[in-house]
Amino acid sequence: MALSGLFLVVFLFQHFTINFSSVFSAKTFNSLSHFMGTNPLVQFVLQPVLIFGVIYHFVMGFVLEIQNRGARATKYGSYNGGANASWMSRNMILSGIVILSFLGLHFYDFWVPEINHKYIEVLPEDPNRYYEELVHKFHSPVRVGIYVLSFVFLSLHLLHGFNSSFQSLGVNNKYSVTIQKLTRAFAILIPLGFIFIALYHHLNAF
Amino acid sequence: MKLTLKIWRQANAQAPGKMVTYPIDNVSPDMSFLEMMDVLNEQLIQKGDDPVAFDHDCREGICGMCSMFINGEAHGPDRLVTTCQLHMRKFKDGDTITIEPFRANAFPVIKDLAVDRSAFDRIQQAGGFVSVNTSGNTQDANAIPIDKHDADRAFDAATCIGCGACVATCKNASAMLFVSAKVSQYALLPQGKVEATDRVLNMVKQMDSEGFGNCTNTGACEVECPKGISLENIARMNREYLSASIKG
Ligand code: HEM
Ligand code: SF4
Ligand code: FES
Repeated sequence: MALSGLFLVVFLFQHFTINFSSVFSAKTFNSLSHFMGTNPLVQFVLQPVLIFGVIYHFVMGFVLEIQNRGARATKYGSYNGGANASWMSRNMILSGIVILSFLGLHFYDFWVPEINHKYIEVLPEDPNRYYEELVHKFHSPVRVGIYVLSFVFLSLHLLHGFNSSFQSLGVNNKYSVTIQKLTRAFAILIPLGFIFIALYHHLNAF
Repeated sequence: MKLTLKIWRQANAQAPGKMVTYPIDNVSPDMSFLEMMDVLNEQLIQKGDDPVAFDHDCREGICGMCSMFINGEAHGPDRLVTTCQLHMRKFKDGDTITIEPFRANAFPVIKDLAVDRSAFDRIQQAGGFVSVNTSGNTQDANAIPIDKHDADRAFDAATCIGCGACVATCKNASAMLFVSAKVSQYALLPQGKVEATDRVLNMVKQMDSEGFGNCTNTGACEVECPKGISLENIARMNREYLSASIKG
């Protein structure tokens, strides 16, 4: 869980960097996207690793949740969970499920057309199509709304998950305060950044 | 004080249990929680009812027997205390108090509020010890120099009284805080290093086979632990386990 989670955190940062470039330069965004979409190392090594990482993470997440629920067959009549643990830490499966549903939409939005373009209709390569596709997706206020909401849940997931993974790996020492601060910064700023990108393209369209 | 108690009653391990409501009057704020339970039981006995079964022994926070889940928290709302050290002044006149047994599959109910925590004993037996030669020429422990910081950390870990509040409070019913305290207590000392690899592997194996849940680092155990056992111990056990798994 910890290793796959941290791997996803690194991926998220990379994804954010590329998306953010779309705010100030369509050209940079196109060239980065084109590179990611055509480079064989990215396509045939990193992409399968990522897919495996995501699947492993959420499948293990569900397994963990089922085992942990099962470890207390008779529930408490009164259980004051908020007295001793954060809401985020107690609801990782909920925030996870929201992220998973978002990934469904996200794949439908970007991955399905991409696969279609490349492998099914085999349309000619156009290194400048990415920016247009991106902007087009953010026309619909409903879609932008769903994106924004999903990133709020991603933030909640990371507020617990980021430093939790260090504890799982056995890191709890003088750096833990720094890791906690880094968790807050990352878990709030990165999703906020994604929200900004979505809103930016949405509002710019008018 | 006048209180309403809602207590889990269960005749034996097999019987289905239920919450039963008992009004109680004339509770002094200076009473401990267990003294209040004693008063209730006196009244039940006088009426010819079955008194509420609950575990207790030292009544001063050192034995770890007094397992009660009070108003949704292990050992009640106070911090760094066991149920026997909880005072009625923490409650208000007219309050309704829910009292349940510690719940986990690994802690089956024996009767009412008494649960079987022998799973902890079996985890201890799996590795919570150091093997010493008792032939008569045992080395004096004080002859071995130990870093003061390590000695302090080992001592802190050793203050765990095996009460099970960590399990009771954890949403996953995980025993990681208890097991990690026992592992750390030895892992930090030179005498414990000799058997460190087997110890952590065997204790974790026993813990898993007892049916406790997995740790997801919510930190609830550390908050509810009457001895303030730190999450650092869980991280230490994760390190120990990782390196022991590599060593084999
Ligand atoms: C695809 C849907 C996802 C599901 C169903 C899911 C579910 C879970 C669950 C159940 C946990 C463990 C529970 C816990 O520690 O309390 C967890 C932990 C974690 N998740 Fe996710 N997650 C998902 C996506 C993500 C994403 C996209 C990221 C990062 C960008 C992420 C990062 C983490 C991290 C860092 C942890 C902590 C690991 C640890 O404590 O050892 N997760 N996730
Ligand atoms: S770690 Fe704390 S809560 Fe858990 S058994 Fe030991 S003393 Fe009790
Ligand atoms: S009765 Fe011994 S700790 Fe409470």
